Amino acid sequence: MNSLQVRVWRGGAAGAFQSFEVPRHASQTVLDVVTHIQRALDPTLAYRFACRVGMCGSCAMTVNGVPRWTCRTHVDKVCDQEKLEIAPLRNLPVIRDLVTDMREFFDKWARAKGSFQGSLTRKDHFSNIKPQSKGRVQVDAAIECIGCAVCYSACDVVAQNRDYLGPAALNRAWTLVKDERDESNVERLRAVAGDAGCHSCHTHMSCTEHCPKQLSPTAGIAGLKREVALGFLKGSL
Amino acid sequence: MNPKVQTFLWIAQRASAALLGLCVLVHLVTMIYAVRGGLSAAEILGRTSGNVAWFAFYTVFVLAIAVHVPIGLRAVLIEWAGWRSRGRDVVLLCFAVFLVYGGMSAVKAVFR
Repeated sequence: MNSLQVRVWRGGAAGAFQSFEVPRHASQTVLDVVTHIQRALDPTLAYRFACRVGMCGSCAMTVNGVPRWTCRTHVDKVCDQEKLEIAPLRNLPVIRDLVTDMREFFDKWARAKGSFQGSLTRKDHFSNIKPQSKGRVQVDAAIECIGCAVCYSACDVVAQNRDYLGPAALNRAWTLVKDERDESNVERLRAVAGDAGCHSCHTHMSCTEHCPKQLSPTAGIAGLKREVALGFLKGSL
Repeated sequence: MNPKVQTFLWIAQRASAALLGLCVLVHLVTMIYAVRGGLSAAEILGRTSGNVAWFAFYTVFVLAIAVHVPIGLRAVLIEWAGWRSRGRDVVLLCFAVFLVYGGMSAVKAVFR
């Protein structure tokens, strides 16, 4: 049976790679490899996963230098010499092995006012939003984020400016800015403007290139720049 | 710095960039024309001295530079040097004044 040479990050920020030999299988995913190591070779390996089908966003890791969702990444796709290097996501503090501390990632969603603020009560009728309306189409294009932090890990601006809210939080803010039912857009636009927000994006598009859901946070951030500028010019910012 | 000021800076940098695109093009075409035409320094000064149109054009050019460069440097200082204190903006404001002073000195020298 063929085998894979796998180097896995062990320890915290000051850790090191440890080598393992893992049996190679057809249709094997990177998460299968990590799971094999923990179950058969070293039960002390720490990593996260939940759904295994690309919905929960908890299994993202750096695979051969590229941030990916490991449950939907086949080894065939990333490995042409039977060698894998698996590390925790970049731009987040490492707790242990392949597990990162996601608090700053999700705290930034809160700082970007990433929660819906509606005004209707249970006594009101539903809002009627046409599926083909411009705002709804823009929301649809950005709404399927699973919060995996692959974009955050891929972003060079996050690496250089620790205050930067990052692609996922800004993408979330964009979906709410374009949601006609939301009532807190002025506060949201204030929250996402400036050095820590959309104005710091360099449009490198690493987030868009690496997003496993094929979303384009870059487009959302550009939209936020337009909305913030319009708010400023209209005096509502 | 509040969101309004930061948004103003962002718009100012984009607007000055658009202006600079045009100014650089006119400047380069003028320079190439002057060099290829074999104009001497005295002939060039003869055309710029007292010419209000050239004075106005290069004044706009200098002001666009004085707006654009410090705002761009601000982002570089934040991301590359990690300089986040208010002192950074004071230094950049002084730098903008220096750019206006230096640029306008050159513009005045060819206008006289």
